Amino acid sequence: MTTTAIPELFAVDGELVSEALRAAEKQLDGADGEVALDFSSVRRIGPSGLKALEAFAAKADEKAVKVVLCGVNVSVYKVLKLAKVTQRFSFVA
Amino acid sequence: MTEVANLSEERIAYLEGMVHQAKTAAAVFTQYTQEDVDRIVKPMVLAGLEQAQHLARLAIEETKIGVLEDKAIKNMVATEFVYNYVKDKRTVGVIREYPERNLVEVAEPIGVIFSLTPITNPTSTVLFKCIMAIKTRNAVIFSPHPSAGRCCFEAMKIMYETAVKHGAPEGVFTCLEGHNLQDNAYLMRHKDVGLIDATGGPGAVKAAYSSGKPALGVGPGNTPVYLEKTADLNMAVVDIITSKTFDNGTICASEQTVVIDDEIYDRVLKKFEDLGAHICNEKEVELAGRTVIDPETGYMQPQAVGQKATRIARFAGIPVKPKTKLLIAPIQGVGREYPLSVEKLFPVLAVYRAKSVDEALKVCVDVNHAGGLGHTAVVFSKNDEVIRKFSEVINAGRIIVNSPGSIGALGGVYNDMVPTFSFGCGTGGGNSTTDNVNVYHYLNIKRVARRTQAHMWFRVPNQIYFNMNAVENLRSFASRSTVIITNPALEQIGHVDIVRRCIPPETQVRVTVIPDAEPDAKIVGQGVEALNFYKADQIIALGGGSVIDAAKIMKLKYESPEADLEELAAPFLDLRKRVVQYPTEKVNRARLIAISTTSGTGSEVTPFAVMTDKARGLKVTLADYSLTPDVAIVDPQFVLSMPKGLTVDTGIDCLTHALEAGVSVFASPYTDSNAVQAVRLVFKYLPIAYENPRDEEARTMMHNAACIAAIAFSNASVGVNHALAHAFGARFGVAHGRANALMLPHVIAYNATVPTKFMPSPNQRGYVAHKKYAMMADLLGLGGNTVEDKVKKLVTAVEQLLDQLGVPRSIADLGIAKDEFEQAIPDLAKTAFDDPSWRSNPRMPLLSELAELLRQAYQGRSPAKVAQTKAVEEMVRV
Repeated sequence: MTTTAIPELFAVDGELVSEALRAAEKQLDGADGEVALDFSSVRRIGPSGLKALEAFAAKADEKAVKVVLCGVNVSVYKVLKLAKVTQRFSFVA
Repeated sequence: MTEVANLSEERIAYLEGMVHQAKTAAAVFTQYTQEDVDRIVKPMVLAGLEQAQHLARLAIEETKIGVLEDKAIKNMVATEFVYNYVKDKRTVGVIREYPERNLVEVAEPIGVIFSLTPITNPTSTVLFKCIMAIKTRNAVIFSPHPSAGRCCFEAMKIMYETAVKHGAPEGVFTCLEGHNLQDNAYLMRHKDVGLIDATGGPGAVKAAYSSGKPALGVGPGNTPVYLEKTADLNMAVVDIITSKTFDNGTICASEQTVVIDDEIYDRVLKKFEDLGAHICNEKEVELAGRTVIDPETGYMQPQAVGQKATRIARFAGIPVKPKTKLLIAPIQGVGREYPLSVEKLFPVLAVYRAKSVDEALKVCVDVNHAGGLGHTAVVFSKNDEVIRKFSEVINAGRIIVNSPGSIGALGGVYNDMVPTFSFGCGTGGGNSTTDNVNVYHYLNIKRVARRTQAHMWFRVPNQIYFNMNAVENLRSFASRSTVIITNPALEQIGHVDIVRRCIPPETQVRVTVIPDAEPDAKIVGQGVEALNFYKADQIIALGGGSVIDAAKIMKLKYESPEADLEELAAPFLDLRKRVVQYPTEKVNRARLIAISTTSGTGSEVTPFAVMTDKARGLKVTLADYSLTPDVAIVDPQFVLSMPKGLTVDTGIDCLTHALEAGVSVFASPYTDSNAVQAVRLVFKYLPIAYENPRDEEARTMMHNAACIAAIAFSNASVGVNHALAHAFGARFGVAHGRANALMLPHVIAYNATVPTKFMPSPNQRGYVAHKKYAMMADLLGLGGNTVEDKVKKLVTAVEQLLDQLGVPRSIADLGIAKDEFEQAIPDLAKTAFDDPSWRSNPRMPLLSELAELLRQAYQGRSPAKVAQTKAVEEMVRV
């Protein structure tokens, strides 16, 4: 399993987020059933980051790849919970 | 749901998209700090202020309701005044702290709020709600009144763009466009909508409350005004005109019917007229009623809402001056036959001439009940009693005193109420709150309650004299008239004479002899009669528990004749929160000196008194620190002649007090020191006092032990042992101390095991009873390496002490038949469970456990057997 580090998702332009998720998308084809996104540097997540993450999860679904989110802090985890998207991911510390 | 079924797929997708956007924004918003939201709110407020007139113009153009200048003012109130209220309020994280209560309140946003806004105050309500939502980190989907959609959308857009520019999450506000009731119904029931804030007409509010979602609503108004004769009339008339004409009367808190005292009626109407009101004659009242009130429904005509007085007059065919501000319609009553007595959101005001305060208040109540329950009411008066009575009889969330109703109710201008554009009308108006809806209604408030330790106390008599000849101290108590309460035996053996000799010679001394049994109302009554007859200022109780208890109750009734003993004996769980309070008013005062003649009950220092209620066939316990004697004398000369049986019974009672107080959930370091010392003294001196009753040292120490143990249990209470002994002793006529002895080893073993149910107690950190028993075993030098060992050794030591004192070791030994006892067990367990004694026990007893303890007490067990029981096997290990 390869891991892609996700930068701060709160940025309004979302460029960094998109870039990181694009990099991760490339790994979806070669992934051995799982791809990991490293959230350990993500302090907050914004609406665009959330949207990008949901889109990434949808693509992963299509390719039958499981998305593992690593190092999600509890505030971000609560956002994912309230947005009702946690079931789309696995979480590891 | 029928409306929802008619929605097209496209429309549902539109609505779902809106909710998804709001849900995402609300989720993201949870990460914001107080500083983040405050940074966003301020520019929103400034943007609203800047656009106040623009938005007012849009509202007037679209709705054709109200007054441009007033709508601009409303927009400014909705921003500036609301900001002034919320700016320093904490709405994120910890919002309030109550250190003295160990309580902290923490804010949790609601999430998505579905908000209806009205036609009457369209843009101001949107501005207000946007500021509240950002301040509380919520997302809002607006549903404006269909006739005010464009101006509301513009207001929302200004707020949204400013908010997002300053960091609010995208999608935090959205506004339905081209919507209808089906959309509203769909969103009101949507699973992701957390709250409906329905500022609208009765239909919208009802739909919100019927949706099954938490909802804030407003109610219809019909504001009664009482203009009482002491009022400042100039101020009152100007205030009423200001309020009723503000935005052409569209604020639902505005005045509807003014009830005027007869004495000032003509003057008040003249003032109205002088300031630009038109006073309608009888014919004009009828014309106005026919024009502005729908004869079918009895409610106002919607076309009249927010129109000028001159326009309404023209429609009604009433000739008025061109600058007429207000139409005043005298009415003679309230109800359908007086059409203008209902809510009128336009500048038509009903007035009523009242012949008295009583009539005026009744008419105000009628107006209040004619569609305005829970909303707003106004009173003008300088008479506080009139204002008090008005606020008592009128059901309104806002009772405005000596100021305008509409602007007053908005809050923050004429008074210190919370600024709002949404008036909660309580249950009278079909709402859940009477508050001016504000930021706190947009929050879930979480209470973080840290463990508090109940305040504890340690209360004992003011003075305790002990050791041989302590009775001599009576000489130091001046008294004019002293009554000695005692029993016949003590008088016979000369104890009373000893006491008499120690009382100063100038004191008049009388003796009242009562039977040696728990007192009843008759005995207490006789004693009180004697105290009254001799005008006693001092009572000396010389005797065992029953005599001292009798004297305590006599003192209570002598000092407070109104005290209802039956009521004072009412059960309670916590002394500090008890329902019944003991009297503090006293018609007489007497010092109570208790001299104990047994070494067991410790009644000379306790706040308890037991009496027999013969009428109900019950023993009742009175408990209050006011019952505690003022002075206790613990003089062993009075116990040297105690017979062996009484020595044992009272001595074991004393040991039980100490052991139970020691493990009580109310135990404290103060009571522990007394409890363990009493245990030590009993183990050392009770066998000696039993074997050699004239041993002065043993008698002295046992007498002290009883008093010390009583000090402990007066403050820590007792436990299950006493509950069982009370039930068993009463049913089978067994002396209290002996009944205690039969239960004691079993109760120690029981309390030292892991409880089936723990006793709730904020005072204790964890379960400690077994450790405290072990500590007592250590102090007794019983040995043992583990807590389990030490508890076993304590049980064994108690058993050995009982053997040494020749106490029957089982209920069977008393000659009680097994069948008879088995049959009694269910009742005994129930009675014990009703006994308040166990409320401080470290284990909360189940009825089945009480029954089992009774069975064990019937069989009795040797220490060896005790060690093998399952209960002890389960004993907690350290």
